Amino acid sequence: MSNNLDLKKGLNIPLKGEAAREVIKTVSAGIVAVKPTDFNGLVPRLLVKEGDSVLAGSPVMADKMRPEILFTSPVSGTVAQIVRGEKRKLLAVLVKADGKQECVDFGAKAPTTAAETKDLLLKTGLWGSLIQRPYGILANPDITPKAIFISSFSTAPLAADTDFTLGDSLLDIQAGVNALGKIAPVHFSVRKESYSSTPFHKVENVVSHLVSGKHPAGNVGVQISHIAPIQKGETVWTVSPLLVAAIGHIVNSGKLDLTRKVAVTGPAAEKPAYVYALPGTPVKEIVDVKGDVRVIGGNVLTGENLGADGYLGFFDDQITLLREGHEREWFGWAKPFRPKVHSSSWCYFSWLTPGKQYDLDTNLHGGPRAFVETKCFEDVTPMDIFPIYLIKACLAGDIEKMEKFGIYEVLPEDLALCDYVDPSKNEIQAIIRKGIDLMIKEMA
Amino acid sequence: MADEKKPGLFEKGGKLYWLHSTIDAFDTFLRVPGTVTAKGAHVRDGIDLKRVMIMVVIALVPAALFGMYNVGLQTSTLYGLDWGFWRMFFYGLLRMLPLFVVSYVVGLAIEFASSQIRGEEVNEGYLVTGFLIPLIVPVDVPLWMLALAVAFSVIFVKEVFGGTGMNIWNPALVARAFLFFSYPSSMSGSSVWVSKTWAGIPDVDAISAATPLAIAHEGAFDAATGAVGQYSFMDMFWGFIPGSTGETSVVAILIGALILVWTGVASWKIMCSSIVGGLLVGWLGQLAGATVLPCYYQLVMGGFLFGSVFMATDPVTAAQTETGKWIYGFLVGALAVIVRLWNPGYMEGMMLAILFMNTMAPLIDHCVVSVHTSRRAKKALNA
Repeated sequence: MSNNLDLKKGLNIPLKGEAAREVIKTVSAGIVAVKPTDFNGLVPRLLVKEGDSVLAGSPVMADKMRPEILFTSPVSGTVAQIVRGEKRKLLAVLVKADGKQECVDFGAKAPTTAAETKDLLLKTGLWGSLIQRPYGILANPDITPKAIFISSFSTAPLAADTDFTLGDSLLDIQAGVNALGKIAPVHFSVRKESYSSTPFHKVENVVSHLVSGKHPAGNVGVQISHIAPIQKGETVWTVSPLLVAAIGHIVNSGKLDLTRKVAVTGPAAEKPAYVYALPGTPVKEIVDVKGDVRVIGGNVLTGENLGADGYLGFFDDQITLLREGHEREWFGWAKPFRPKVHSSSWCYFSWLTPGKQYDLDTNLHGGPRAFVETKCFEDVTPMDIFPIYLIKACLAGDIEKMEKFGIYEVLPEDLALCDYVDPSKNEIQAIIRKGIDLMIKEMA
Repeated sequence: MADEKKPGLFEKGGKLYWLHSTIDAFDTFLRVPGTVTAKGAHVRDGIDLKRVMIMVVIALVPAALFGMYNVGLQTSTLYGLDWGFWRMFFYGLLRMLPLFVVSYVVGLAIEFASSQIRGEEVNEGYLVTGFLIPLIVPVDVPLWMLALAVAFSVIFVKEVFGGTGMNIWNPALVARAFLFFSYPSSMSGSSVWVSKTWAGIPDVDAISAATPLAIAHEGAFDAATGAVGQYSFMDMFWGFIPGSTGETSVVAILIGALILVWTGVASWKIMCSSIVGGLLVGWLGQLAGATVLPCYYQLVMGGFLFGSVFMATDPVTAAQTETGKWIYGFLVGALAVIVRLWNPGYMEGMMLAILFMNTMAPLIDHCVVSVHTSRRAKKALNA
């Protein structure tokens, strides 16, 4: 059975630099980083020391609170360095690859019970791929979620095309879905616009949904809020299709293989295309960063500024390169035409060129102000909530109102477009994140 | 140029740091700031509040230009001066300029000083307020009164709440209300609406030019020709009538409305529902015998349309929810006409209706949001 979900609100930012559907190189990294900071809510405990040798799939760290949750090395080699930040906070474990890529053999066996699936995920280091909502944190193995949601596509700006990156991993995805299905019913959404070309509608043993619309229609959170809104006391888990395929690969082959097609995108990318790379690969081995360019792990709305010396994140299948926008434009706000600037508002003339792709930079295009124009938030939030009331409740730290206005249903990524469209240049995602952090603290 | 204005002197720790808001304001007025995104989305929309506000000012320009012409026209007609088009226009322009200067100088000075005190960047909201105020007061209003009204409204209606975006009432309307209640003789009656203090024109109080609203209030409506006193319906539609400078011409206001709706700066829902509210009450009033005027006359007389298009739609003081906007707009229009028809004291109800609904807007939103959350809760129970 499949359900239709047609979302009207949203916005596709017309950014230049979409990756061509070809893989131009395979990056075999010399050093690979395992970063605890990739996982929200993780307090890491180190399991290795410098000089230890590891295989692909050997644990390098665990969750301090629930030590059964392991995080494993994606490559075989030796632990080269433990990187710590302020107050000795663990930032990364750097593993020097030996190039042999020897793997721990977990045994190719399809789990038959929820306990077996959980056990498999915990010991292989793939538990981290489960994101628990509300709050978007590392999933708790002791609970059984109401359901597991997978969105097979992303609508984010220049996002990797999963039809291309995962189209040939259908067997793995099916195996991953089957394994997860032992824990809870799996909801699987497929993009309606590409229904005829996508292989994902063949995935079985799921409640499938056909979703259409502009960004953020592909966000799993937005889909959940329409399919089965999360209520107080409920939990659901979400997994990205990329990691479902990795789970399925372990089920089918017994080996951890996190290699993925990474889309190198963005206006500052010289040749936007795909590369094969592992999570934790140094950015400079994937792209050649020249000039004043920002390297973003993920998309421009929700990605992390990795810096030229950063490492690809565990969840990332995209790198976006953007020019830093330090230039100051004379009378920018007063000019009738600003061909280089995109605006979804009709105060500019971007609507005259609907097909144009823009070479956007990181300029804020204004200064921070109080909220004035607020309908723009609703126009880009296809959820049954009042974004401005939720945002204000978060600012006020009012738990009761945050609950009432739907804090359980959102993660910052679901309101990321509000950051983009706000004429008052407020940091909406940061406000929502602060609200969620407060909820975690108060509800614990 | 702007670089010379921004040396270390004005930066944090510099001697003139206390002036930094002012310097920032001029600097960012000239050039878009070079700030880049630090957190959240890495790219941002080109829109900012400067652009939003300038759109409203552009939308006001047709009404302002027509108003200037009309100031000359009314004076010329009243005194039988037989001026040409350009003379009328320039007379109006010269009469209006001091009002604009006083409004902007006083308002912006306070705005800059308050931003300085709060240590924030100067907000653009006053660009619109400062343009609106001269358009909604009688052209002959003494400048000191105007200055006082502007100061009162900017300080007590905007800055004490925290500046643009935080205010409860529309500052331009409060400035008008301040004048209206403090200096009624300069703000109402039949002798204030046509400019008459100018070299060569006798300052004769006895000459009066009542607005159509006032004439209609006296019951002088010719059902056969559809004229109110000496003014035909088309006079009122085009705006060749006495009144506040900006409010007379339906055509000019509609051009502004088109710009506002097209750019999405103002809510078409508020405009439409306000007009529906006004028409409905006007029609009921006619049925009940409170007026002889057909209901659509309510739209072309006085400040009804100007208020519906430019004042009620202020995104800060109007209702925030989309359902709330329908209710808010409807009540603005309905209340304005109720005051016109059933209140013996005030001929024009738009100002009071909008200020009252500004006060009520948070309550409307509260109700809309409460209904929504309880519906969500019910849906969750049934799920």
